[in-house]
Amino acid sequence: MTHSAPQKLQDIAIARSGDKGNRATLSIIARDPAHYPLLASLLTTERVKAHYAGVVHGDVQRYTLPHLAAVHFVMHDALGGGVTRSLALDAHGKTLSAAILDVPLS
Amino acid sequence: MGSGAGYAGDRIDPAQDLAERGQLNTLVFECLAERTIALAQLRRSHDPSAGFDPLLSERMRAVLPACVAQGTTIITNMGAANPMAAGQAVLAVARELGLPHLKVAVVTGDDVLQWVQAHQVELMDSKQTTSDLRESLISANVYLGADALLPALQAGANVIVTGRVADPALFLAPLMHHFGWAADDWPRLGAGLLVGHLLECAAQVTGGYIADPGQFDVPNLHRVGFPLAEVAADGTATITKLPDTGGRVDRLTCTAQLLYEVEDPARYLQPDVVGDFSQVQFTPTGPDRVRVQGASGSPRPTHLKATLGYREGFIGEGQISYAGPGARARGALALDILRHRLVVAGLAEHEHRAELVGVNAMHGPHLGADREPYEVRVRLAVRCTTRAQAERVGQEVEALYLNGPAGGGGVTQSVREVVAAASVLVPRDVVQPQCHLLEHPSLPPSGGSAP
Repeated sequence: MTHSAPQKLQDIAIARSGDKGNRATLSIIARDPAHYPLLASLLTTERVKAHYAGVVHGDVQRYTLPHLAAVHFVMHDALGGGVTRSLALDAHGKTLSAAILDVPLS
Repeated sequence: MGSGAGYAGDRIDPAQDLAERGQLNTLVFECLAERTIALAQLRRSHDPSAGFDPLLSERMRAVLPACVAQGTTIITNMGAANPMAAGQAVLAVARELGLPHLKVAVVTGDDVLQWVQAHQVELMDSKQTTSDLRESLISANVYLGADALLPALQAGANVIVTGRVADPALFLAPLMHHFGWAADDWPRLGAGLLVGHLLECAAQVTGGYIADPGQFDVPNLHRVGFPLAEVAADGTATITKLPDTGGRVDRLTCTAQLLYEVEDPARYLQPDVVGDFSQVQFTPTGPDRVRVQGASGSPRPTHLKATLGYREGFIGEGQISYAGPGARARGALALDILRHRLVVAGLAEHEHRAELVGVNAMHGPHLGADREPYEVRVRLAVRCTTRAQAERVGQEVEALYLNGPAGGGGVTQSVREVVAAASVLVPRDVVQPQCHLLEHPSLPPSGGSAP
């Protein structure tokens, strides 16, 4: 655990992505539920779409889940046509989750 | 109930441990990904006795003795494209292990290929219809619900083998049967659905796929325990794992799995119920014990989803590595050469990816663009119509040995036939699930060898 002040999303949250057809799901969960409001204000739809520029080509939908201290996204046209036909090395988009953790907190 | 597998290739020893020490009513093995059935159907077309999960017999050998001794029901979708043959394979293992009186039930009815071939139906998330796929269609399987498994449970089967069934329904069915939940008790079905969803990916809820050293540590992943749920009649549950296994169960592992591959958490569409997970709360109640409450549901959808498997040409791929000073620039030069070679090969108009693993293969052109890696791996993948075209792709990468930048090494080439998946909606009245009870195995003749 970090002892200095948190700098990046990686310091306060975990992330997981999944696949659904040509859509990627992305969940960001606050490790301490007290950080949920920060997550929810930081991770706007626009911010997430901009972060995945060149990877996510379609719309991004956001779901806020205060009970779960999580913000959840569905990213359209993100998986090269879907797991079964994608040319990508990571056809499932499994590694996409880690990319968001690089977002600075300030 | 416990989870014995989260995908076809999952570890077997944690499932055996759960069977032996978990005191389970039910042990579920979820082993079907989107295109697994299409691939299994291709194997079945070459060999009529094939087409089910290749690890079925090995898994049954590992867990049947404990499950039979303790009265644990086994439920699995390892039947894939040939559930009847899979049921016979379970009986063969029972014979081999000397387990008489094993009741095996096989659930069929998910195969809707004939209906799909006879109807023109729009593909979900596409402008195409099923008639566009007609020549290349391999399989069409509807996601059956928990209701399809109830007759097998009522018949007291020890092992229930299915083809395509919605993953959480494999867990919801025994809960409906055990507690007598009505098929329109939407709040309870929603709660049971969540239990199934939390368990269906096995170790993903017990600390698998979440470790990030220094940030989120998970102990002993080499022997991570698979999950079990203690479920109450109202659908609330505790998620936990066996003592003395690796992994961890806490609010975060449960939340990550709750949201995994779910789109709208308030409307999780499943054959039996539309689940509402938006108000769920996870409460730690002890070491590696988390209480789950607050899931609900609303009436089930009018249609069932079916996955179609179809042939879609080939993907040709080649890779080569560069390392040391200037690795990235040499990799970029290699990609430039390959783009010219695609023109020579007549493949320039084909959809392709030309990228550097270590720079931009995972997260696209922007993230990580400013970092200088010590080594890179050039990767070229091209969508092709014929196998010969796809072979050419790897050959062009290999030719970089003598014709490309300095110090390229470790070429790999691959050609794979693409079996793609698409989805359609099927009216419920088209789908007629059936339950077949297979005969008890007789003991092997003395001195005879097991099959």
